[in-house]
Amino acid sequence: MSSNSVPTGKPVKTVDMHIGEAVPGCKKKDPILVVDGVSRTFGGLTAVDVEHLEVPRGAITALIGPNGAGKTTLFNLLTGFDKPDTGAWTFEGTPIGGKSAFKVARMGQVRTFQLTKALGLLTVMDNMLLGAKGQIGENIFRSLLPFLWRKQEAGNRVKALDLLTRFKLDAKKDDYAASLSGGQRKLLEMARALMSEPTLVMLDEPMAGVNPALTQSLLDHILNLKAEGMSVLFVEHDMHMVRHIADWVIVMAEGKVVAEGDPHEVMRNPAVIDAYLGQHHDEDLGEDPDAEKEHVGAIKELLDDEL
Amino acid sequence: MLVLLFGLLLTALTLSTFGASAAHADEINTDQYDYVLSGNVQFGGEPIEDVLISVEGGGYEAEVVTDADGRWRIGVPDNEETYTVILDEDTLPDGVIVEEGNSETEAEFGLTDSRSVNFFLGEGERVTVSFFDQFLNRFVNGLNFGLLLALAAIGLSLIFGTTGLSNFAHAEMITFGALATFTLSVAFSLPIWLAILIAIVLSGVLGFTLDAAIWKPLRKKGVGLIPLMIVSIGLSLAMRYTYQYFYGGSTSQLPGSGLADINFGPIALSPIDMASMGISIVVLLAVSFFLLRTRIGKATRAVSDNPSLASASGIDVDGVIRIVWILGGSLAGLSGVLWAYFRPGVSWDMGFQILLLVFAAVTLGGLGTAFGALIGSIIVGLFVELSTLWLPSDLKYVGALVVLILVLLLRPQGIMGRKERIG
Amino acid sequence: MIDWGAIFSNAAVELISPTTAAYALAALGLAIHFGYTGLLNFGQAGFMALGAYGFAISTLSFGFPVWASVLVGVGASVVFALILGIPTLRLRADYLAIVTIAAAEIVRLLFTTNTFDALTGSANGLSGYKGGFADLNPIPEGTYGFGPFEYNAYDWWLRIVAWTIVVLACLFTWQIMRSPWGRVVKAIREDEDAVRALGKNVYSYKMQSLILGGVYGTIAGMIFILPRAVVPSNYQTSLTFFVYAILLLGGAATILGPVIGSMIFWVLLSFFSGFIARAVEAGWLPFMSSVQAGQLRFILVGVAIMLIVIYRPQGIFGNKKELAFVK
Repeated sequence: MSSNSVPTGKPVKTVDMHIGEAVPGCKKKDPILVVDGVSRTFGGLTAVDVEHLEVPRGAITALIGPNGAGKTTLFNLLTGFDKPDTGAWTFEGTPIGGKSAFKVARMGQVRTFQLTKALGLLTVMDNMLLGAKGQIGENIFRSLLPFLWRKQEAGNRVKALDLLTRFKLDAKKDDYAASLSGGQRKLLEMARALMSEPTLVMLDEPMAGVNPALTQSLLDHILNLKAEGMSVLFVEHDMHMVRHIADWVIVMAEGKVVAEGDPHEVMRNPAVIDAYLGQHHDEDLGEDPDAEKEHVGAIKELLDDEL
Repeated sequence: MLVLLFGLLLTALTLSTFGASAAHADEINTDQYDYVLSGNVQFGGEPIEDVLISVEGGGYEAEVVTDADGRWRIGVPDNEETYTVILDEDTLPDGVIVEEGNSETEAEFGLTDSRSVNFFLGEGERVTVSFFDQFLNRFVNGLNFGLLLALAAIGLSLIFGTTGLSNFAHAEMITFGALATFTLSVAFSLPIWLAILIAIVLSGVLGFTLDAAIWKPLRKKGVGLIPLMIVSIGLSLAMRYTYQYFYGGSTSQLPGSGLADINFGPIALSPIDMASMGISIVVLLAVSFFLLRTRIGKATRAVSDNPSLASASGIDVDGVIRIVWILGGSLAGLSGVLWAYFRPGVSWDMGFQILLLVFAAVTLGGLGTAFGALIGSIIVGLFVELSTLWLPSDLKYVGALVVLILVLLLRPQGIMGRKERIG
Repeated sequence: MIDWGAIFSNAAVELISPTTAAYALAALGLAIHFGYTGLLNFGQAGFMALGAYGFAISTLSFGFPVWASVLVGVGASVVFALILGIPTLRLRADYLAIVTIAAAEIVRLLFTTNTFDALTGSANGLSGYKGGFADLNPIPEGTYGFGPFEYNAYDWWLRIVAWTIVVLACLFTWQIMRSPWGRVVKAIREDEDAVRALGKNVYSYKMQSLILGGVYGTIAGMIFILPRAVVPSNYQTSLTFFVYAILLLGGAATILGPVIGSMIFWVLLSFFSGFIARAVEAGWLPFMSSVQAGQLRFILVGVAIMLIVIYRPQGIFGNKKELAFVK
């Protein structure tokens, strides 16, 4: 499983995944996650209101949208970290709406967090071992009898070391995770998620706060996930990254899915430009100059890319 | 739930037979204390068993039931105190009442260590206070208690809101107000109103000092919230025993605490009770005005809502926190004075006795919301007093604490709190 | 003149006293809760009270043998942990603190009230439950030992049993904390959402931890009453705070920390109060009465808690890097 080969040049894109027009909520040929009528409000404010959404299998799907579009809320809902007001969804055909986060994770849908949750006062190796599924020694009674779990533990250790080597963290395996840099923590979090051999990896802003030197290797790791047959859904602000690696893009604004499609085509969609501009116009001008700049930048990127 | 469970458990235990009962029903605390009140309840030469006798005074309370010979003995901690001995007429057989005088008498020790108290019983129908009247009386008392709790709870809640600290030493800030008033009025012979005013100012100074000397440096050092909470526990212990070091373990009374009750229909209130409620209401209104209308008050609420945002929008967060500590200290001090009149008595651990109720009030209302704390306090106050209609008085705090747990079960964000957004 | 010999031997006696063992075990339970899992249990006094009363009431009122009385106490504390945990373990950490402290007070008030006097002995407490335990004593009558450590057969029996339990509990805790189970609870202390995202049932682990540490507290409560009587006023909130002081002194996320912490705590406390009391008698401290001397030590415990948390949060034995505090 450890393919150390770094994809060079343009990554191979998966194409032709949808049925019919690439409209919001369009059907996929082989969806891994199907969402129906999910809504979540916070004190009268609708954060998420998604009618229908399908995430394709074996592809890298990007979830983009301006600030406050409800991307992270949708993420939290789909992974069981938040409860929706209405709605249901299936993962690999099994309904998982309303299931608790740990059950969702056990089924093979594993997530990372926007703000990394490296377990600082555990060693890097312990962080990794924690990710492994079905551990005998995690039962309080069996934990007392080391001969029951020692062999499995050794196996997990080999697997963890292998993953750490791939993520170039093997030299740090006995250090506390708190001593890692921000980018290394992102890598660790991703490697830890892989310990459970997931089928769908959900990454919440994997590039946020990562040193540019690490960006390329992080991108390659994400592409590797696809190469190994996993599906990826990620939230991202960085348009270059989206264009570079995503096979499919879902655009959210004000809690709704406003556009879907191939990364190159979706950028031309007027609804997308509207979403970014619209939010820009709705905001009190001058209230948050940074956000404004960011949005204008994002639009420019979208347009520049296609010209 | 807990009470229910224990109730069931204990009922089950009581129903079954047991051999060695370790305690005597007719004696209590006689081993523990040197001074003993005793008596013999008889009617027409016949002893009456199972009559409930209770003793109150100097912050001490005890109850005992007469034995087969009608005898009872209660140990008390102090021979300089005047104790009120009460015979519960409801526990007398039908047709028997306390004939001469009252079912309540005062008992003082002379030079001896024991004192006998007897009640003279006769035939007659007892005049019982109707349930509604009792309810009304308890209700007003509960309101009074709730208002004084609110003074402390709002300070605790504001401190929690602005700094995230669960301040266990708030109990000692409450005690401080009462001890300062006691010292000023007794040792320095100041008139009581002046003593109270100075005590409140000193309590504010205490709040300021604690913040400046301990909490601000720790915040700057970046100490986490849970270590801070444990520091406050250490501080609470140290302060409490420092009070005991200087004031001893006894209970003393503030001037004016013995004023007689005035009856308003079924409601019996002393002038002090009325003043206490009046002062609480006025102060609480003033605090509301401060929080809602003044610039600093608005800034305080902004810091409670979101400290980093408040700081980014140019609010002097440290300044606000300093004001919150001064305000919290003064309110706790005032609450301590009122609590000293309500109990009644001043003692080294009086604040600690109600700390949990104050925490319960703050949690009930929703952590960190000042108005929630007010409502939570009144609920706790009412609950404590009204529960004595059904529960024995030595279990009156249990009801409030059980409600706290139940509320957390049903509405974890508190009555006034907002649901927290995850992620 | 001050009798230094008496002060030192009184202090040395505390090293192996059953009370020291009881506090060590209670603190080890808190280490599981607070140090390893990050649960803020402020109701350890409640668990200890349930152990004490569970044992004493079963023996006195029902004539249960020792093993059954122990089981009753342990059973009561498991139920107590479930009652505490079900509403609060899904909430923020500080709610557990408030609920546990309130529940421990409820327990104490229920044991103090006159209402259940026939069973609990109300404020007077209970005594006379030691017969069954003493009958199990295999040591023949007599006095054994040397120097300050000279005890009769019962006292030796009690010390041997108490410390054997402490050693077993340490081994048990050590084994469980180095297993994958321990890894999960330590990870929960760091960030429970991350652990949830890895497919672990965080709620269940927290509950297991709460029960396990609570049972330690309960057994500690039983050891605590074997050299003395059951008195309800012993189970005030301050008891929990003293156990916390011991835990923090030794190191919250350590196995030996609570044990050594308890020894240091009691030896120092005994040394200190012995010294102050005699110094007052000798007139060295004219400004202090002997009653005040007794209170001084509590002031020092409070100050010590503050100083440890601020300046040495990992305790004496804790790893500097593995600070045992939840963020």
